[in-house]
Amino acid sequence: MSGDPKLERIAKGNALALCATGTWTASFAPVLEQMVTEAEKLAGTPQRIFIDVSEVAKLDTFGAWLIERLRRSLTQGAVEAQIAGLSANYSSLVDEVRRVRATAMVDSNPITISGMLEQIGRAVAGVAGTVAGLVDMLGAVLAAWFRVLIHPRSFRLTSTVHHMEQVCWRAVPIIVLITFLIGCIIAQQGIFHFRRFGADIFVVDMLGVLVLREIGVLLVAIMVAGRSGSAYTAELGSMKMREEIDALRTMGFDPIEVLVLPRMMALVLALPILAFLGAMAALYGGGLVAWLYGGVQPEAFLLRLRDAISIDHFIVGIVKAPVMAAVIGIVACVEGLAVQGSAESLGQHTTASVVKGIFFVIVMDGIFAIFFASIGM
Amino acid sequence: MARETQSEIQDPIIRVRGITVQFGATRVLDGLNLDVKRGEILGFVGPSGAGKSVLTRTIIGLVPKVAGSIEVFGVDLDSSSASQRRNVERRWGVLFQQGALFSSLTVRQNIQFPMREYLRVSQRLMDEITMAKLTMVGLKPEVAERFPSELSGGMIKRVALARALSLDPDLVFLDEPTSGLDPIGAGDFDELVRTLQRTLGLTVFMVTHDLDSLYTACDRIAVLGNGKIIAAGSIADMQASQHPWLRQYFHGKRARAVMG
Repeated sequence: MSGDPKLERIAKGNALALCATGTWTASFAPVLEQMVTEAEKLAGTPQRIFIDVSEVAKLDTFGAWLIERLRRSLTQGAVEAQIAGLSANYSSLVDEVRRVRATAMVDSNPITISGMLEQIGRAVAGVAGTVAGLVDMLGAVLAAWFRVLIHPRSFRLTSTVHHMEQVCWRAVPIIVLITFLIGCIIAQQGIFHFRRFGADIFVVDMLGVLVLREIGVLLVAIMVAGRSGSAYTAELGSMKMREEIDALRTMGFDPIEVLVLPRMMALVLALPILAFLGAMAALYGGGLVAWLYGGVQPEAFLLRLRDAISIDHFIVGIVKAPVMAAVIGIVACVEGLAVQGSAESLGQHTTASVVKGIFFVIVMDGIFAIFFASIGM
Repeated sequence: MARETQSEIQDPIIRVRGITVQFGATRVLDGLNLDVKRGEILGFVGPSGAGKSVLTRTIIGLVPKVAGSIEVFGVDLDSSSASQRRNVERRWGVLFQQGALFSSLTVRQNIQFPMREYLRVSQRLMDEITMAKLTMVGLKPEVAERFPSELSGGMIKRVALARALSLDPDLVFLDEPTSGLDPIGAGDFDELVRTLQRTLGLTVFMVTHDLDSLYTACDRIAVLGNGKIIAAGSIADMQASQHPWLRQYFHGKRARAVMG
């Protein structure tokens, strides 16, 4: 008996019966909806209409609701529609469905031009909020740092060491590999173009200055922002989502001191180390290419390097590293703590953490360049 | 009206035979057998860590098993084709312990998600059915546009139940549906499960710790211990059992309080 559902019109005296038969369930919902929409057009006919459901083989919420919808739209006309032949099994379901208030739902946030303009405005206004958030976090971290200086026992050494392992030790292979390759490429390009002027040997000057002053630290900072900044944001963000940070707070711990400070410390210590290793790897790679591709003997390379660079170049590079680390760490932690309840928000803030981290690293680098130029280093 | 024949009613909707699940060296389930009959509410109890959730997750295919077979709606889930399996999955709904609502979708989108994937119906009908489901689980229509992070624990359970029921399944798995609810809320929830079971003809597989649920909602109770079902039957059978854990469970202070 179960089979395709049907809704037949049968005249009974001066009344019209709509006989529902077959399976009125979710799997037939598209067909059912069509039939019901068709039958709803009967509303307004002067005949008395009733819906006979005695032949329905199976009924679920979809079927019951469509019958109820039909009943309602027929009742709105001049005649009262009734449901007849309801079996005891399904009467409670139909009663349940009868309680439903059908309110039209509006799609929230339709896309309009004014809405888009509003979004742009909000984004621009949000820039000030971003800066304020960063300054706020910087202050909170410094305050926590001073508290730790006064009470050194409250410093979380284990946590800091753990994060050092994550952001420094485990990052060494990839950082060394990438900076090595960049060193090779710079040397190869330098030799290729300088050779035309017979100035092969100057590639050593270029490599030394570029790597020690800029590339070493900037490249490593960008990689760390992508690798560790995103990890910090995701960690703190998921802790925020699961109320772990609120839990810490209720136990009387300061999340900045427990979570943010060890991460910041680890990053501030790690970046100079990684920048140094990166610079060495890049010089090694450059030297190797200069020897194998440019024919510059290692002794000549080292001699030239000693003339070309001074300790100033090295200091200019390495001094920037902890500052860049602090910027990356603060951006990452601010974004992590700004995560709201949804997985989507976590993704957005992790992206923002990396993008803003890299942006601020480059801005800082520019400020440092102006500063060092004006003091003549 | 087509009535299921007697044999169909007797036929178990879930048939679990000789299931063994192992995590590393620890054997969580050890040759477990279980039948769930059509149209019943089976309460599943056992000490914490006995593997109640593991069994649920094994049946729905989230945890791999070492040995044994599982048949749901008469389909062996190991030897079934992908389309058969999808058919089975369409006919069951799962309420996870933490709700597992999609956090980036609103309540309405959460409930409509399975409909959107499996049925080709108009947005209007989906909205109306969503309203019907929300009413059935006792929530106000205003909740529909909220995000899961804006809901209370009890509301999350209710929305998760509405989503589990979204395609009008024949079978629902409830993993500790009343945990974290206040006693009145839990009582309402039991009543709700009973009502839905009656109106929709559901079969309910309910993992629970709640004695009230066992007394008021469940038709039959199965007890898990040492990786096996140590007892199955009505609440009266459980009370008559001499098994030490069962005696403690059903004759302890709390049980006496519930029985009044």
